[in-house]
Amino acid sequence: MNATQDTPFAIETERLTKVYGSGNTEVVAMKDATMKVRQGEVVALLGPSGSGKSTFLTAVGLINPPTSGRVIIRGQLVLDGQVAKTNLRTFRRQHIGFIFQKSNLIPFLSAEENVRIAMELNGDSRRAAAKRSMELLDYLGVADRAKNLPSMLSGGQQQRVAVARALANRPSVILADEPTAALDSHRGRQVMELFAQVAHEQRAGVIVVTHDQRSLDVFDTRYEMEDGRLFLPS
Amino acid sequence: MNLALKDIRHNMGRFTLTTVGVGLLLMVVMGMGGIYRGVIEDATLLIDRVGSDLWVVQRSTRGPFAEISRVPPNLVHRVQAVPGVRTAREFVYHTIQRERAGKPLRIAVMGLSWSIDKGEWLPLTAGRHLSQNHFEMIADESLRLPVGTQIDLGKETYTIVGTTKNLISSNGDGIAFVTVQDAQAIQFDVPGEAVRLERASRESRGEEFEAAMKQPALLDNAGRPTGELPAVARPQLSAVMVTLEPGAHVSDVKQIIAGWSDVSVYTQDGQRQLLLRGSVEKIKAQIGLFRVLLTIIAAIIMALILYTLTLDKIHSIALLKLIGAPNSVILGLIMQQALLLGGIGFGIAYLLGQQVFPLFPRRVIITNEDVFQLALIVLGISIASSILGIWKAMRVSPNEALS
Repeated sequence: MNATQDTPFAIETERLTKVYGSGNTEVVAMKDATMKVRQGEVVALLGPSGSGKSTFLTAVGLINPPTSGRVIIRGQLVLDGQVAKTNLRTFRRQHIGFIFQKSNLIPFLSAEENVRIAMELNGDSRRAAAKRSMELLDYLGVADRAKNLPSMLSGGQQQRVAVARALANRPSVILADEPTAALDSHRGRQVMELFAQVAHEQRAGVIVVTHDQRSLDVFDTRYEMEDGRLFLPS
Repeated sequence: MNLALKDIRHNMGRFTLTTVGVGLLLMVVMGMGGIYRGVIEDATLLIDRVGSDLWVVQRSTRGPFAEISRVPPNLVHRVQAVPGVRTAREFVYHTIQRERAGKPLRIAVMGLSWSIDKGEWLPLTAGRHLSQNHFEMIADESLRLPVGTQIDLGKETYTIVGTTKNLISSNGDGIAFVTVQDAQAIQFDVPGEAVRLERASRESRGEEFEAAMKQPALLDNAGRPTGELPAVARPQLSAVMVTLEPGAHVSDVKQIIAGWSDVSVYTQDGQRQLLLRGSVEKIKAQIGLFRVLLTIIAAIIMALILYTLTLDKIHSIALLKLIGAPNSVILGLIMQQALLLGGIGFGIAYLLGQQVFPLFPRRVIITNEDVFQLALIVLGISIASSILGIWKAMRVSPNEALS
């Protein structure tokens, strides 16, 4: 672990709670979830299905605001309950990289364009974006498929392109929801190691929801969730 | 990166089919406007081309185009005598229908006032103008009677000596030009038996005493050889066309002729208005309403197409929002596709229309003004029809990218 006790936090959540419905239909998906991830730290989030892992991740990713609690990223209060303290979409674009279980690529863009679009939306020039997207694809071993549409790529190749897109804007936070589910164990471990490398090199805070017990040694910290409650395993 | 073009390229087949469909629909909208223009042009073409300053017609009628008008042949000489009149020409105009090669042939026959009018004002596409008083005809190309063709009308055979283009009656029938005498012969083609019966009837009336008292010369006339009697009244004219002397005031001449109790007189513009407000008014309204209806239908179809295209992209739009794309990018994606759909559809409509409209039985006139107007309408409906898709896209949550 590169992060020390003096390293500032990349992600801080304070008592995040998410309640769906009301009255008899009320469901508490997440209850008082508090987590602190330092810059350069890689955190694994474990737990059974329906325990609230994805709810937590989407709240931290500013996609699905919590009912209450606060999200602080790089020291900046971003969400206070359901109240956005900044333009969430712009903040996501500049600071957060997402990787999901399904690759979630745009079907009408090639692999290279799927990576480049993230940078162009962030204001990078076409030339610079094209150069970096090719570097990332090369780094992830899919440069030879750069011109192919997602439908022409295997599941693993699609996932690597999605990883490249998540890293494109050098995010300070990377959130991954079972990113290795579509990969074989070798590639899965490679991706996990890549997250660790990016976290250490870019001083990014990384949270990875995973069921993959084989790669747990890559992570600096392990959290678990059960019935909406987040805790550090004993 | 232009997302609209990327998406179109990815769905090229569907976009092409959709655009062609929209293009055909817009071609119909354009065609309706062209038909409307054609009706107006056809209705007023003769009035404009014949170059008459005043039209003298039967009293209290709106003839000779809007309704039937009959004036005596000697009216030409009376009008000619009015100060300020340079020429007074006979005008005979009627429509006939004959069988030719087993098919109905409708001809609008117009008489030219030989010898002062040999049809020199007609723009010929082939052949020549009239060179004799009888049995020659100049026909519009729509009648499919090329130069040299002979056609039997009444008791006579007429030879096509020249052809014109786009000289159509307000009913859409091609116009054939012959001399006034020939036009009257075609119109009042009375069989021999009818002439003989009319003569017998006249003689019978002439033998009545009271009639002889009132008309002393009647019995004398009846006693003369029948060949000397007019069997039937001289054919009448539809109207008299008046061309004024340079410097003569239309209002002055009109005022003099309007004072005669047996005729009404209209200016060239007055004739145009009679036609446009009368027979053409309803078809104008009908075509206009159709055009509005088709434009609304085109807008609705475009809106549905764009909405469906947006629904197909809803996951991508959610994903774009998730990775932080501003609304302007998503709005631009849908709006650009709407404009491309409308623009290319309009181009197809225009280019296809150029090839298809000349094949229509009636003229379809597409003016630059109408093309520009439709382009603005297409721009408007492209923007309006994308609103539904944009509304849907704006409501999409980035969460949907995760589902």
